[in-house]
Amino acid sequence: MIPSGFEYHRPSSVQDAIRLLNENEDAKILAGGHSLLPMMKLRFAEPAHLIDLNGLAELKGIRLDGDTLCIGAMTTENELIDSDLVKQHCPLLVDVAKLVADPQVRNRGTVGGDVAHGDPGNDHPAVMLALDAEFVIQGPDGERRQAANGFFLGTYWTGLEEGEVMTEIRIPPIPANGGYGYNKLKRKTGDYATAGSTVVLELDGASCKEIRIGLTNVAPMAIRAEAAEDLLRGQNIDEALIEQAAELVMQACDPAEDLRGDIQYKTHMAAEMTRRSIRDALARAGS
Amino acid sequence: MAKQHISFSLNGEQIDALVEPRELLVHTLRETLNLTGTHIGCETSHCGVCTVDLNGVSVKSCTVLAMQAHEGEVTTVEGLANGELHAVQQAFIEEHGLQCGFCTPGMLMRAQRLLQENPDPSEEEIRWGMAGNLCRCTGYQNIIKAVQSAAKKLQQEA
Ligand SMILES: Cc1cc2nc3c(=O)[nH]c(=O)nc-3n(C[C@H](O)[C@H](O)[C@H](O)COP(=O)(O)OP(=O)(O)OC[C@H]3O[C@@H](n4cnc5c(N)ncnc54)[C@H](O)[C@@H]3O)c2cc1C
Ligand code: FES
Ligand code: FES
Repeated sequence: MIPSGFEYHRPSSVQDAIRLLNENEDAKILAGGHSLLPMMKLRFAEPAHLIDLNGLAELKGIRLDGDTLCIGAMTTENELIDSDLVKQHCPLLVDVAKLVADPQVRNRGTVGGDVAHGDPGNDHPAVMLALDAEFVIQGPDGERRQAANGFFLGTYWTGLEEGEVMTEIRIPPIPANGGYGYNKLKRKTGDYATAGSTVVLELDGASCKEIRIGLTNVAPMAIRAEAAEDLLRGQNIDEALIEQAAELVMQACDPAEDLRGDIQYKTHMAAEMTRRSIRDALARAGS
Repeated sequence: MAKQHISFSLNGEQIDALVEPRELLVHTLRETLNLTGTHIGCETSHCGVCTVDLNGVSVKSCTVLAMQAHEGEVTTVEGLANGELHAVQQAFIEEHGLQCGFCTPGMLMRAQRLLQENPDPSEEEIRWGMAGNLCRCTGYQNIIKAVQSAAKKLQQEA
């Protein structure tokens, strides 16, 4: 299996990549290639031009801007796992990256590609929703920022316009009285999620001041379980409330049946992953 | 699409090749450079038999374009033995880490890189670190033993 023919470009800068993307008909960005190349082999994608970002050092690297963690779009999963800054400022992302695919895939697959691809099965989108991340995007008209919330529009459909490149992901800190929970159910090591749930919350005393719940692979795109968030916000979360929230999570789910399970199973697993993630987040916030 | 010139280091030797942009690295290695030690299994980035080192990390060469090796450094299973067998190769023989042998080139390439990343891995770490390589024959137990045995040998040598 090989992709159909295309012209290959090695841009010298992000500006150059944007130029190539806009000057060439039917051009696509190549990041880690671990979603795009498989799709091209199957002819689900047949771009006429591939613009390879791998040589661009400016898209790599992880830094702090104040207390915001800034991650270059071309940072690989294994670079996230190995980063002291990420371990210290957002250990959630280390947990997530460790459950993405396998070592070889993690050496190539990038966090920007995982987000930009718009696959509901990818793990980072729902995590970015729960973290309230922001994406830095460059296009022919300059730079703009877009919140993760509202970015994921449908399967393979995001807020990225044609001709734009995602350059950086900005992650605000989880407050000191906050916590996170991440649970991904998969059939085997290296698999995509049957269902996944990420919870980030902040407490005020015993009461839940803020909570965001992101769900993986149970809808055409990564979604937030907003009704469940609304129920829990302002409350002292106990098991009875967690049960009610789990019901609301199930109502939010609209998964596709596939080899990982039928609709009912995936829906119930999304609820169970959320129960666990809420408990984990509360435990972390309390400690 | 016209063929393009690439140049890279392959098992320590500088190589020039003409490749189509759509050509995958594994095909260039096997078909143009006649190094058939790197196998093709699934072709869908799952099985790991096509694993090689590219610029010091393990990659699945069925999911990397040959163009992306340009000016880089590639090591394949043919580059492991240096006069005598590499410690992981010897250990796979001694511990019966293979049956049909089809997965073995990928297993060896991943194992030698894993032991550079983590010279003294626990069994759990070996399983996690080798998770991108599938074997339909052995049940993995002897592969794990082989990696453990190679780790010991390499540490004694170090
Ligand atoms: C065996 C296997 C198992 C996997 N398991 C998982 C898993 O468990 N969880 C998971 O989340 N993923 C999984 N993946 C997917 C993997 O993580 C991909 O690497 C990821 O989805 C895409 O990232 P990439 O860097 O490879 O992007 P590419 O494949 O290069 O690109 C994907 C898409 O995004 C676009 N794009 C990429 N970067 C940018 C950018 N900076 N700006 C604009 N557009 C961009 C491309 O044009 C393309 O359309 C798996 C893949 C494989 C092969
Ligand atoms: S042939 Fe490359 S991973 Fe299976
Ligand atoms: S020895 Fe046969 S596939 Fe591993």
